[in-house]
Amino acid sequence: MRYILDRLGFLLISAWAAVTINFILPRLMPGNPALLMVDRYQGELGPRALAAIKLQFGITSQPMLTQYWHYLGNLLQGHLGISLTYYPVSVSHIIATSLPWTLGLAGTATVIAAILGTLLGIFAAWKRNLRTDSILTTGTTFTGAIPHQYLGLLLLLILSYHFHWFPVAHSYSASMTPQWTFPFAETVVYHSLLPAVTIVVPGLGGWLLHMRNNMIQTLGDDYIVFAQAKGVSPRGVMLRHAARNALLPSVTNFAMAIGFVVGGVLLVEVVFSYPGVGYQLFTAVQNEDYPLMQGLFLIISLSVLVLNFLVDLLYGLIDPRARRTGVA
Amino acid sequence: MAEMTVNDTNKDLPNDSPHRARTSSLFGWIKVMKKNRKAQVGFIIFVGFILVGILAPVIARYSPTATNFPPLEPPNAQHWFGTTGLGQDVYAQFVWGTRSSLIVGFGASAISTLFAVVIGMYPAYWGGYLDRVMATFTNVFIVIPGLPLMIVAAAYVHDSSTLTMMVIIGLTGWAGRARVLRAQILTLRNREFVWAARLTGASDRRILVHEILPNMLSLFMASLMYGILGAILAEAGLEFLGLGNLTGVSWGSMLYWANNGGALLNGAWWWLLPGGLGIAMFGTSLALMNFALDEVTNPRLRQMSTLSRDRIVRAWHALRGESFQ
Repeated sequence: MRYILDRLGFLLISAWAAVTINFILPRLMPGNPALLMVDRYQGELGPRALAAIKLQFGITSQPMLTQYWHYLGNLLQGHLGISLTYYPVSVSHIIATSLPWTLGLAGTATVIAAILGTLLGIFAAWKRNLRTDSILTTGTTFTGAIPHQYLGLLLLLILSYHFHWFPVAHSYSASMTPQWTFPFAETVVYHSLLPAVTIVVPGLGGWLLHMRNNMIQTLGDDYIVFAQAKGVSPRGVMLRHAARNALLPSVTNFAMAIGFVVGGVLLVEVVFSYPGVGYQLFTAVQNEDYPLMQGLFLIISLSVLVLNFLVDLLYGLIDPRARRTGVA
Repeated sequence: MAEMTVNDTNKDLPNDSPHRARTSSLFGWIKVMKKNRKAQVGFIIFVGFILVGILAPVIARYSPTATNFPPLEPPNAQHWFGTTGLGQDVYAQFVWGTRSSLIVGFGASAISTLFAVVIGMYPAYWGGYLDRVMATFTNVFIVIPGLPLMIVAAAYVHDSSTLTMMVIIGLTGWAGRARVLRAQILTLRNREFVWAARLTGASDRRILVHEILPNMLSLFMASLMYGILGAILAEAGLEFLGLGNLTGVSWGSMLYWANNGGALLNGAWWWLLPGGLGIAMFGTSLALMNFALDEVTNPRLRQMSTLSRDRIVRAWHALRGESFQ
């Protein structure tokens, strides 16, 4: 219980930090950048929207603290402002339509990368210091250093533009409307294959190395030697003794992996014009649509924070030691 | 661990000097690197890129921004890597891009490592309230996703000079490494040799600089190298989104222009290929050298076989002990 409260406390602190960064950043910059934006959109906005935006970005004579309270109050009521690119659509509406795409793509890709990378890590540890291990670790180290956008562009160039095997953009075929049917699901999967591969491949290395090193660490422990001596088969030692225990620290790897995946997803969505939050963030940055940018940053951060919180809870559930000492 | 492996080929090492800890961790790294094929390959690639960066003005052949060549030419004797859609020489861009990407990478990594040291190490040494606050601060920054934060910051700043890029990347990328350094300090500050130094009346500063830092050198180097890789990837990401200095030439801006200049539509693979390959190769070289570092800090990774004879003997004793009960 104490552990849950502890983690919940951390979730609240980090959420508050994300919210506050969002508030401070535009006000911190020399010559409030929102002024330029307001000038640009002067003619296109109604006076009420303009006033709201001025308030949102601190172009007002109110003291900072009042602005901050106002901002927090608005957030608690779910008011994220109005997008300038898609005026007069609200930021919340854009988030609601784009977030599911990102969660689906990033979630599937992360799970695949975690499972595949961990399995490869077990295999590499099994063959440690042999050629297979060397090829696996060096190979995934190389793929881990490939920028997501580069891999995505290469795949597009070869598989979509040259061979026409995959679509070049978007998340479903333009001739269909989103609905819960099998053909539609098919086009969604088909469209998300290349983006998913682009996220999975660079992510493999982290999981593989983490698991491999944990395994090798574990293989030096006495109970492994004991298991070998009492005649457990090598496969049994690897999978039932070493891997099960080496798997635990890999769960904490999720926190790091999520950050990496989020960065990757943003870039991959831009490469494939995939209509998730990353693509919208790119649109917002290009159009200097600060309200949309703020809202997207907030929702991306909060999603990551909540995911981390859930992983922490899971870790506490499967490893009682974490409940006593707490995982950092 | 590393002290025990000192053998007669390394007689020049001052084994009995008061700075033995320092020599063992730094030279230990070099020694492992000498034996480790992967680390050697990494080192050679690394030095190669550094040389390309330094010698850029000499070996580039053409100006990277000159647009007076025939556009979209595949690689040939005149233009080794072909030309861009605007008629620029891709080889010249790659060479100059190496220089500017490395500068941003090293600069940003220096900034973020400095932050990691100040925020992760110093409070951890003294412990107490300040350490708890800083540790929480670090953990918060670890979970707030880095690239979105950089994107938002860069979008507000409206200034894409090299220095600004370094600062933005450096200020957002220190947290993960601060935590690693902190963990190391926490284990070191209560070791016998630190207490011995304390009891002989050494000042905190002296202990930090002469006793603790030498033992963290390999970790520190690893931090610096991961920082460089992270910074180069981050810069390429920001440039790809159009937030970098797009009039300059870097590996990231090469990707941006290849994507936005129609390299895909025209099938101009030579335009797309070099920029990202440079990042991936350079990143791999850093990671390969880090393997050697990992083996210094974690000797178990270095063992060739887990079933040495005395281990089997020990296991036998364990078995017997159990059967007697």
